[in-house]
Amino acid sequence: MHAFTTHTGIVAPLDRANVDTDAIIPKQYLKSIKRSGFGPNAFDDWRYLTPGEPGMNHGQRAKNPDFVLNQSPYDQATILLARQNFGCGSSREHAVWALTDFGFRVVIAPSFADIFFNNSFKTGLLPIALPEDSVDELFREVAAHTGYQLTIDLASQKIIKPDGSAIEFSVDAFRKQCLIEGADDIDLTLKHAADITAYEAQRQQTAPWLFLDKRA
Amino acid sequence: MAGKTLFDKIFDAHIVREQADGTVLLYIDRHLVHEVTSPQAFEGLRMANRKPWRVGAMLAVPDHNVPTTNRLRGIDDLVSREQVETLDRNCAEFGVQEFAMNDKRQGIVHVIGPEEGFTLPGTTIVCGDSHTSTHGAFGALAFGIGTSEVEHVMATQTLLQKRAKTMQVRVDGQLGVGVTAKDVVLAIIGKIGTAGGTGYAVEFAGSAIESLSVEGRMSVCNMAIEGGARAGMVAVDEKTIEYFRGRPFAPQGELFEQAAAEWRTLTSDLDAVFDKVVVLDAAEIAPQVSWGTSPEMVVPVSATVPDPANEPDAVKADGMRKALVYMGLTANTPIEQIQIDKVFIGSCTNARIEDLRAAAAVIGNGKVAANVTLAMVVPGSGLVREQAEKEGLDKIFLNAGFEWREPGCSMCLAMNADRLEPGERCASTSNRNFEGRQGQGGRTHLVSPAMAAAAAIAGHFVDVRQL
Ligand code: SF4
Repeated sequence: MHAFTTHTGIVAPLDRANVDTDAIIPKQYLKSIKRSGFGPNAFDDWRYLTPGEPGMNHGQRAKNPDFVLNQSPYDQATILLARQNFGCGSSREHAVWALTDFGFRVVIAPSFADIFFNNSFKTGLLPIALPEDSVDELFREVAAHTGYQLTIDLASQKIIKPDGSAIEFSVDAFRKQCLIEGADDIDLTLKHAADITAYEAQRQQTAPWLFLDKRA
Repeated sequence: MAGKTLFDKIFDAHIVREQADGTVLLYIDRHLVHEVTSPQAFEGLRMANRKPWRVGAMLAVPDHNVPTTNRLRGIDDLVSREQVETLDRNCAEFGVQEFAMNDKRQGIVHVIGPEEGFTLPGTTIVCGDSHTSTHGAFGALAFGIGTSEVEHVMATQTLLQKRAKTMQVRVDGQLGVGVTAKDVVLAIIGKIGTAGGTGYAVEFAGSAIESLSVEGRMSVCNMAIEGGARAGMVAVDEKTIEYFRGRPFAPQGELFEQAAAEWRTLTSDLDAVFDKVVVLDAAEIAPQVSWGTSPEMVVPVSATVPDPANEPDAVKADGMRKALVYMGLTANTPIEQIQIDKVFIGSCTNARIEDLRAAAAVIGNGKVAANVTLAMVVPGSGLVREQAEKEGLDKIFLNAGFEWREPGCSMCLAMNADRLEPGERCASTSNRNFEGRQGQGGRTHLVSPAMAAAAAIAGHFVDVRQL
């Protein structure tokens, strides 16, 4: 996993609530069996004027000039500013892969859907939930200053604004550690393999019907 | 000390170890796998030279990409075909049991889990799919995960989890005639909103939920995720237990009785305290129709399309305006005046035998209206399809002008060839009405199977209670 310590980048405002995972990466691209290559199709239906299919040359498709990520300097943005319930809908981690492939390292919103929030940490995308009025203020500042940038310092859990002021944010201690170290969850868990085996042995005694492990 | 909720009972029984910050290593009993969210996880195992921890805890099935016609010909779409073949190969390589595309037991992953008795009460169940919440209908803790977590479960049989908050959604009283489980859950989402359940495990309770069949409870739990909750659940009762008798993966004989005794304890204690309680009156729930691009944008069939001008919250009003444009609707139009182009009866929400019976009962000798260009029924599994044919339901659908298809996800998300064309409007028994969900530019209205059938015959939405 991509380690995350500090990050400075341009903020793109995506001013709508309930942005769902179908919008972030439409289903036809989920047919890929790879983990990469989703960037050109992030927000595909909003980003292009013509329907897209896997295997097309997306660079040649007509772009929707009204969509924020097609406008300079937001096409270079690495921090996405969004509204409540970002990432609702399906469990597709492809949504996170599409955002990171596009170049995003951080999403700031008043709230996130649970599965999306979880998936983000696994791929090194930092989701930051802030109170509604802080998000409103960021939207106003982004609108007022072209090329508005923020610095995210994960260690101190601070968002540093261009004027030097800071907004604190909370993040789960364990997840923060994993992000900073770029740790592999599976390696960490397998350090406790003996505990898992012991649990299984005990459970097999109390609920043997769960271990029929039948193969038809 | 207060009693325990059902969620806490199951969660506590699956703790392998707990870290100081409250992160729990949670044991996973059952892992369902489908072709879309698993290839990268299998690839991860391979790259790290790992094996699945407990291959017998896994069951795989291709469902999202499979065609619903001419299946013996294989899959025309090369990219879809590669994904399904990749699942076949991965299952063969790692020794995972799979119901392949032409196996009679193939179907939508959330339909076949319970049907086979692979889903069981009191278990933890995961799948790389958000509608895994469906399995909670049987007193299980079931939730969707992303591909990295799919790989984590494959490799360790566990997940890193924080304890969720608990919410009880109680529906008290008796449902009116023609009002179904689907209407109940749409009404719940309309009330709590699509983010209302975020961070919670929701237990559905109350006399109206108790009176539902287990299949109805599955429809309710299926859409818990549409209310933002990863897990939806219903306490075990005798209906739950009887459902599993004789199912292939369920315990048999003496062991079944032993399991059943344990399952009977799977209810929230009377003195359990929930973090939040929401109450609905069953008698007030009418058949529902969604009008917008989020499942919370739903109204009774007797109502009109809402007007953003009456919405005080600016962000919400803006969302409503965008939805009206996308849906090609004008505020204040009566729902019953909305004409439809297509009808889809299917998906993990509503493609079980009772759903098909309910739709067929409404159709009777009726015919699909002339303005409806395609009406299709896609059974949830090969076994559902077989049962429906035994009962002659296929004849009723075919006679009315419906297409009778092979099982799979189909036009619920249109990864296969079944989809809406831009601008087409569909009465759908699925669970999501997001922009483009059923095909780019397609317009989805979520309804119950009975309401979809009635709309197919009338050519526009109608109140099934008036038929
Ligand atoms: S039927 Fe629809 S919601 Fe259910 S698993 Fe398939 S695609 Fe997902």
